[in-house]
Amino acid sequence: MSEAREMIRVEKLNKSFGDLHVLKDIDFTVKESEVVVLIGASGSGKSTLLRCLNYLELKNDGKIIIEGKETDPKKDDLNKVRQKVGMVFQHFNLFPHKTVLENVIEAPTQVKKIKKSQAIEEAKTLLDKVGLADKADDYPSRLSGGQKQRVAIARALAMKPDIMLFDEPTSALDPELVGEVLATMKELAKEGMTMVVVTHEMGFAREVADKVVYMHDGRIVEEGEPHQLFDHPQEQRTQEFLSSIL
Amino acid sequence: MYLNIIKFGEALIESRSLFAEAAWLTLKLTAVSIFIAIFIGLFFALLKISNIKVLEWIANLYIFIVRGTPLIVQIFVFYYGLTEIAMISGFWSATLGLAFHNGAYIAEIFRGSIQSIGKGQNEAGRSLGMNRSQTMKRIILPQAFRRALPPLGNQFIIGLKDSSLAAFIGLTEIFGAATTMGANTFDYMTWLLVSAVYYLILVFLLTLLVSFIEKKMAASD
Ligand SMILES: Nc1ncnc2c1ncn2[C@@H]1O[C@H](COP(=O)(O)OP(=O)(O)O)[C@@H](O)[C@H]1O
Ligand SMILES: [Mg+2]
Repeated sequence: MSEAREMIRVEKLNKSFGDLHVLKDIDFTVKESEVVVLIGASGSGKSTLLRCLNYLELKNDGKIIIEGKETDPKKDDLNKVRQKVGMVFQHFNLFPHKTVLENVIEAPTQVKKIKKSQAIEEAKTLLDKVGLADKADDYPSRLSGGQKQRVAIARALAMKPDIMLFDEPTSALDPELVGEVLATMKELAKEGMTMVVVTHEMGFAREVADKVVYMHDGRIVEEGEPHQLFDHPQEQRTQEFLSSIL
Repeated sequence: MYLNIIKFGEALIESRSLFAEAAWLTLKLTAVSIFIAIFIGLFFALLKISNIKVLEWIANLYIFIVRGTPLIVQIFVFYYGLTEIAMISGFWSATLGLAFHNGAYIAEIFRGSIQSIGKGQNEAGRSLGMNRSQTMKRIILPQAFRRALPPLGNQFIIGLKDSSLAAFIGLTEIFGAATTMGANTFDYMTWLLVSAVYYLILVFLLTLLVSFIEKKMAASD
């Protein structure tokens, strides 16, 4: 059996904001096509970990190896790494002054310098895939939260990333809109996208995740397959956390 | 009183070609100086948010000087400085003086509007692989500019009225025309009121223009 390629390897990652030690000796790997779900209480460092992976935050110590390559923020071009690692935010962060289509073609045309006509064609395919082909010419302010998040997913996919990071993609949504975004993410997982997802949607974690990672106070306390972690948590902290949210 | 209104109306009509020319000069002074001031303002706004101490300090010094001295002094410094050293015309020394002055206020307007754009916008751009300047130019500035429009419009109006100070270095813009006519006729009041009418009309037109632009740019709301 051939081992799947390692997409992300994090070793002894430490990160502080001033005196606040937020990530403590994090070790963490994600293999190709794996879906890893990060859970944990608010403030436990999930977002910071995710943001370290695409260098929105810079680590203090340790290793971050993306697709076999370690990047030095001082010497290397972070924009190159970020093109390979797409990110979806809790608050969508769509560009409000651009239409849906313009949001999606912005990075391919500006960063990859792809011809506009080709970018538009690819964007339309992506919008079709997330079920928003008919919204191409609307501005984000006209969309529902669920639609906005699906545009944000299409926008990230337009760069053809190898890895997608999701930071609580459904937390800002009205409950009835959560399903459509999760469905899009499931679709993506099924196609083999490597994904790291911070979420409180335990149903999604159970169904889609290959691995669930529980974080507490800047450390990874426990990780395992969903049924193992949810049904037979080994650590007391994990048990407490799970019973607090269920 | 009745006679005065007749007289005022006659003055308004008789002087129309003089004041049309003067108003045109006022418009040119305002438009060109504000145009330059926008670039000066943007430049110093970017210095202020650069997170580089020396550059911030330079921007602060510039704003400190402009705010701390009267505009009339600035105009005269530019006038004597530039006309004698660089052989620049009165029009250009007034224009550059006004640009120098308005640039500081516009820098503060831009700085505020840039900083009002949430950091999520910057992160979205960066996470897509856009570099700092692409993100600034294509994502942050267009939104910041829109937010800056109402205060910018206000600054344009202030700039238009402030251009009257160019009269003191001999330019026959609206206020200059009024004082010249006042001196010739010994009737300052009539001509100052005539100038006020022209200023009101220009400010009114400028207000319309700004709200037109604001509406056009609101398409994405
Ligand atoms: N930019 C920052 N500056 C200072 N402290 C921060 C910053 N970002 C996050 N923190 C702090 O780091 C801790 C972890 O935050 P975060 O990674 O957002 O946790 P989570 O996503 O699990 O809720 C929190 O205590 C938070 O207040
Ligand atoms: Mg978070």
